[in-house]
Amino acid sequence: MGRMDQNNSANFILRISNLSKSFGGVKAVVGVGFNLREGELLGIIGPNGSGKTTLVNLITGFLKPDSGKIEYKGQDITGLAPYRIARLGIARTFQMIRPFAELPSFKNLIIPLYSPRVKGLSGGKYGDLDSVAKDYLEEVGFERESSVTYKQAGSLPHGYLKRLELAKCLALRADLIILDELFSGLSIAELASIVPIIEKLVSEGKTVIMIEHRLRELFRIADRVVVLNYGSVIADGIPSEVMEKNEVRKAYLGSE
Amino acid sequence: MKQRRKERIDRGIKARSDDVFSLNSFREMLYVAVPPIAPVLLLIILPLVLPSYWQKVLISTCIFALLAMSWDFLVCVGMVSLGQALFFGVGAYVAGILNKLVGLPIWVDIPIATVLGGAICAVLLTPVLRLRGVYFSMVTLVLPLMLERIVEASGMFGGTEGISGIKPFPNPLVESYVIVFITLFALFAFRRLVTTDYGLVLKAIKDNDRAVMSVGINIYWMKAQALFIAGCVGAFCGAFMTHVYGFVGMPSFALDFSILPLSAAVVGGMGTFAGSFVGAFILVPFSEALRGIGGLRIVLYSFFLVLFIVALPEGIFHYIQRKYQQFERWVEVDK
Repeated sequence: MGRMDQNNSANFILRISNLSKSFGGVKAVVGVGFNLREGELLGIIGPNGSGKTTLVNLITGFLKPDSGKIEYKGQDITGLAPYRIARLGIARTFQMIRPFAELPSFKNLIIPLYSPRVKGLSGGKYGDLDSVAKDYLEEVGFERESSVTYKQAGSLPHGYLKRLELAKCLALRADLIILDELFSGLSIAELASIVPIIEKLVSEGKTVIMIEHRLRELFRIADRVVVLNYGSVIADGIPSEVMEKNEVRKAYLGSE
Repeated sequence: MKQRRKERIDRGIKARSDDVFSLNSFREMLYVAVPPIAPVLLLIILPLVLPSYWQKVLISTCIFALLAMSWDFLVCVGMVSLGQALFFGVGAYVAGILNKLVGLPIWVDIPIATVLGGAICAVLLTPVLRLRGVYFSMVTLVLPLMLERIVEASGMFGGTEGISGIKPFPNPLVESYVIVFITLFALFAFRRLVTTDYGLVLKAIKDNDRAVMSVGINIYWMKAQALFIAGCVGAFCGAFMTHVYGFVGMPSFALDFSILPLSAAVVGGMGTFAGSFVGAFILVPFSEALRGIGGLRIVLYSFFLVLFIVALPEGIFHYIQRKYQQFERWVEVDK
């Protein structure tokens, strides 16, 4: 695993070492460590309750780790407040999607566009945020002047909500994007339209982490997969190799 | 062949969003312009025609309308305050101290009390910004009661006696117009503020604070700013009333200033500010008019409060607004 190339550390956008977190007596994440190259698409998989979402919450600052270290672009971000981490360029989606329900879809993107990060990147002035917001919605497949763009976000169908979440990450112009079960509940047709958006992100040099249960779709696009079970990494490698491992099969299928 | 059918008036006028209109006739312009202009005209005329007792009622109506709007604004950000009396009391004491003990003139001490009072309230509530829902409400309920007891126990600022002999406004008409203009200003400013990008971010915090944090916005700083804005409005009310009464004391922290604005906003309709305005203009004069019947006043008042809330849970303003938008007229069409 990536330990030998220490001198190549400049390429790592994210370095996680020995990360642990427990809730009361439950050890949710135990000594997790891995590095992530810039431009890589990493899948994180594992059975329910294996600590995937806890790991995301630790990286994005929503939880503080009991021990361990997280470095982003060479900077120690362990235990920083979520908004500080987001300003450095880490965007995430949530497993439970709750849009800003009362606002129209495109107004949902005003929130990330209002972020100090975006203001900083665009030199303070962004002009008409509404039209920029619609640009981002178009990028994820909303038609510009259609009713879905103006509809209250709370009444959007599931597929559009997922795209809206993705658009929020785009609008933040993040370098590392963490997608927590983005594919869940999407139809094959919806997936076919959302996968190219992710592929485009990676081709633009963004780094992506995807937590997924839909392995078939994930393995088609992931460069690398980390498998978690009971909070520990049990495998880390390219998708086809990882699934050959006995531990992984056991974790997913149960021991026979 | 000609036929008559009904048509919604707002149909040709509204172009997609709420704030873009296409107006083709004077009548259509009136349809859009009357709702915002009517309350302005009403409030400008009222001080001239009301007898002096009802002028005082108008003042306290405006005060409760302002407190209700300030409450409504905090609700927009997801903070349900049960302690508007905190804002009112702090503003009242700051104005009283500045006027009586420091000797500042009225036109200086009220603006200072407004801003300083807002800042003091925001600072007092900063430690509990992380609390959500009912936990935040509990703290806001307790704070004014606590300050009241601190004043009593320590004997600060006149203790239980309060500070009296505070200079009044030069004349009643000035007094009325100051409060009328500030109320109208606050009404339109608040309505405008929540539709700006800044206002959208505040509303988003209520919907989903974690999502707002995850895009790099410090929600505690935003909430502190919202508290400051709401606090300024509340502190202005306190400062103003101090000069109306010529006195400031422990009653400034009374529960009335917390509960009445809340019921005005709920009865009027939350989230629009106009609702708070309408609510206060119904409840406060109503409560005054009931004074004649003596002891049963509170019973009757409470009865009507319950009636409003049960019959019109959306609030009076939302109801009127909906009906207004559904106005129809007869038009002739070719068949």
